[in-house]
Amino acid sequence: VAMAAPLVLHLLLALLLGSGGRSGAEPERDSLREELVLTPLPSGDVSATFQFRTRWDSELQLEGGTNHHFLRYAVLPREVVCTENLTPWKKLLPCSSKAGLSVLLKAERLFHTSYHSQAVHIRPVCRDAHCVSVSWELRQTLTVVFDAFTTGQGKKDWSLFRMFSRTITEACPLASQSHIYVDISRNSQENETLEVSPPPTSTYQAVVLGDRRTYAVYDLLNPATFSGSRSLNLQLRWKQFQDIGSQLVPFLHAQRYVSGYGLQKGELSTVLHNTHPYRAFPVLLLETVPWYLRLYVHTLAITTKGKENKPSYIHYQPAQDRLRPHLLEMLIQLPANSVTKVSIQFERALLKWTEYTPDPNHGFYVSPSVLSALVPNLVGAKPANWEESPLFSTMFPVSDSSSYFVRLYTEPLLVNLPTPDFSMPYNVICLTCTVVAVCYGSFYNLLTRTFHLEEPKRSRLVRWLANIIRRIRGVPPV
Amino acid sequence: MAEGRMPERARLERPRGDRGDRERNQALAALTLDPEKIRGKHAALCFATMAVMLGLPLWWKTTETYRAALPYSQIGHLDSMLLRLRVPVSVVFIQGSLPIVDQQKLPFTVVNERDVPLKCKMKLKCRFQLAYRMAGSHEEKAFKKDTIEEAEAALPLPKEDTLGSLNIFVIPEKSSLLPKDKMSYIGPKRTAFVRGTQVRQALTVMGQRILQVAQSMSLTDEVLAAALGDRLPEDKVSLDKRRPLKSSLGYEITFSLLNPDPKSHEVHWDIEGAVENYVQPFLSLLSVVGNFSMDSQILYYAMLGVTPRFDAASSSYTLAAYSLPHVINPVEARLGSRATSLYPVINFLLYVPERAHSPLYIQDKDGARVATNAFHSPRWGGIMVYNVDPSAYNTTKYPVKVDVDMVPVMEVFLSQMRLLFGIPPPQMPENFLLGDPPREGLRSWEVDRLVWARTVENVATVVTTLTSLAELLDKIGNIVIKDNVASEVYRAVDAIQEAVVELSAGNLELAFRYSREAVTSSEKAFFDPSLLHLLYFPDDQKFAIYIPLFLPMAVPIFLSMIKIIVENQKARKDIEKVD
Repeated sequence: VAMAAPLVLHLLLALLLGSGGRSGAEPERDSLREELVLTPLPSGDVSATFQFRTRWDSELQLEGGTNHHFLRYAVLPREVVCTENLTPWKKLLPCSSKAGLSVLLKAERLFHTSYHSQAVHIRPVCRDAHCVSVSWELRQTLTVVFDAFTTGQGKKDWSLFRMFSRTITEACPLASQSHIYVDISRNSQENETLEVSPPPTSTYQAVVLGDRRTYAVYDLLNPATFSGSRSLNLQLRWKQFQDIGSQLVPFLHAQRYVSGYGLQKGELSTVLHNTHPYRAFPVLLLETVPWYLRLYVHTLAITTKGKENKPSYIHYQPAQDRLRPHLLEMLIQLPANSVTKVSIQFERALLKWTEYTPDPNHGFYVSPSVLSALVPNLVGAKPANWEESPLFSTMFPVSDSSSYFVRLYTEPLLVNLPTPDFSMPYNVICLTCTVVAVCYGSFYNLLTRTFHLEEPKRSRLVRWLANIIRRIRGVPPV
Repeated sequence: MAEGRMPERARLERPRGDRGDRERNQALAALTLDPEKIRGKHAALCFATMAVMLGLPLWWKTTETYRAALPYSQIGHLDSMLLRLRVPVSVVFIQGSLPIVDQQKLPFTVVNERDVPLKCKMKLKCRFQLAYRMAGSHEEKAFKKDTIEEAEAALPLPKEDTLGSLNIFVIPEKSSLLPKDKMSYIGPKRTAFVRGTQVRQALTVMGQRILQVAQSMSLTDEVLAAALGDRLPEDKVSLDKRRPLKSSLGYEITFSLLNPDPKSHEVHWDIEGAVENYVQPFLSLLSVVGNFSMDSQILYYAMLGVTPRFDAASSSYTLAAYSLPHVINPVEARLGSRATSLYPVINFLLYVPERAHSPLYIQDKDGARVATNAFHSPRWGGIMVYNVDPSAYNTTKYPVKVDVDMVPVMEVFLSQMRLLFGIPPPQMPENFLLGDPPREGLRSWEVDRLVWARTVENVATVVTTLTSLAELLDKIGNIVIKDNVASEVYRAVDAIQEAVVELSAGNLELAFRYSREAVTSSEKAFFDPSLLHLLYFPDDQKFAIYIPLFLPMAVPIFLSMIKIIVENQKARKDIEKVD
């Protein structure tokens, strides 16, 4: 599990519409669904994923389909995460943070976590099978990983109140669906390793990331969920620990790093892991590299198990200085149970001195590469009904029974560029002034002064002494 | 070389202690004859002249802040210019409205000019140009109709029905078109009717009446107050003069439905239909003034910042007038369209109070209920409270469905919009009859009045912007003026001069267009970021750079100059003494 928290901000469509502005004969509520998925991790941490989906029928139509010339892709490789990201995000929620699951979104708890990822997706969705009319979908997701082990004095047990310092009292009245799912797949039939309270009313089975999972379901719209107490404080207790060795490794994962020494050349490497025991699958790798790293495409090397791996498709668009980054897109076949390394060499460019950031020695961020793949399942899964299945299962949509779609972002890189000495202008001034002072001064003196010998004025004592010496030497006295 | 010269110098110096002719000669010789000393002196002088003639200008030129040439004198003249607003009025006399004697004098033109006192140096004159003529046969025919509305409709289209122009018809004194107690009628178009007279000096009497009508249709004191604001002397601007929205190229209008209690209310409003039926026609008339864009939103759980007070007598909740200022801020944080728009945003909020606080009424300063249950905040927008019919609560099924009746809501919003834009409902003298506004809700001359106000406001704004820019440049030496900024300034000056010319020629539409251009250019110039590039380059840093360079150069030059001067004076004194 990546513990660093890079917030990848995707500006897919800078199209933010309020949830209002509907029309049509029959007034119908915009449909809202909210969902919280809690997954206890073997390490003792807890991952919590919030999803809010607002869908509204708007007359905003795409005229004549989508023109792909207007497709833009932009990445901000790094942004410091703070409440300023959360507040506007919360404002987009119909229930704001007043009711429903969003009550749990308390900034001071969310930003004290080991991992924080926040996203806004907006896209058109077909209203029916023929796609005659289009609805708009605004999907907001927030994933945090709580370090339950250290904050809980060595215990791996957790509760909603301990994580968020709030409990849930009601569902958002605007929501048509409001669920909490707790992953209890570790409870095998023979031995119960964990216990959830209050006991769930139902369970749900789904295939997520190629593996079968079991979830305890709490329906917040069902008054029975709150029976007994006015608020719902979910608790989980571990009965016995599982050893960490049996942890499930995702079939596709990747790393990225920069290598090389010095400030002239370097190498970008992306390592792709396919841990599937027997299935090979292709991966689409998209790299955008800023123009100030000048890529040498002839050094592009893709090796798997020591042998060259030829990509079946390469699209490369070279960079233009200050205008366009490099765009490299490849379709690479990953053999079963293998590690593939994609590397390319680059040269660091020297920027104009005004183009450097205020802290140039910190380095420059290079955006993560993006991996898109249809990863084969271990178990067969039915392609779920988009509307009826929980929101989390559509995060990794199952395309057919044997595979699911996944998009991975690797870590952003920090690359040092050669930086000039920014105190140079002052040094130049100092040096010039010294040179000018020394040269000019002596030159000036030489030209304007007159030189003449002055008769040495000697005191009587000196003359007397000199005469004595002269007399001794036999020279006539002065 | 020095050794070779030595005996001569020794010889010259030795007699210094003595007195007399010899000494004088030798002093002279010392000054004039020693070629080496003279050469040194020349060299020092050369250095000094080089430094002054070449070095200083070079340094001055290379370190100067760039300033493109600006029309300072023209900007200076703008400050004290004369702004003449000409209102072309065509006055048409119907047969029988004037004594025959006076009829024969027609047609002719009367000019009436009025000074408007201003606090600044600028002068403002309103000039009504009344062109008198007799009615043509078509026009005569129209006045045979029974009612005044019919007569107005039957009138042939005037030759020049342009922005800012007026047509006034003088009807016979005994005409039954007007009610007996009314002297004049002002129509929804740019047309007015005035009752004629048969007294002696009829034209003079009529002139006064016509002027009164023309003034109330174009340049009233209210219009000028809205346009000039602080520039008018205090006694002219009363406190309750509403501050209308600033002149801008466009406006963004946001309609928000606030539903703080979605558990009890499911509110639906047909905002799209309402905008199409009521707002759009209204704004299409105002499209001369600027572009308008509209959007709407529904916000849930958006509370007012104030807890309303319970009034036991009427078992209702009230918002007192003094607490209204605190209502807006907490709501505004949720509105959130201000960030996406370059134009000023006007907000119209429809607030459906939560069930626990309904019905909710707004109280005015005297404690009486506001009939419309709405209030507005100048330059911000309006808020209306929409109470849910209490009989709707007689149900077990929540949320209660609420269908907002958009007609009263839009009535309130439109009248608020009029106030926000500075088109208050016209106030006329008692003996004036005011025609009903057309379906769109705005009379043509009301739009004209707004355009007059906006044009004058624009001119005044541009004059202020340009003169303060010139003043700033005069005061702060570090401001850079790039060529593009200078060209914007030139454009603004040209446009403003054009606008002034068009105003005095009576072409309101052109004048408005030029004045807007001038505002755009002058603002662009004034707020150009390149102006500030060197503004914060402090003097001590400059000295830190220059002193190490100039000190070693300047000090020897200065010292040798002083030495030369001192020696010269000494030699002169010596010579005088010897004399």
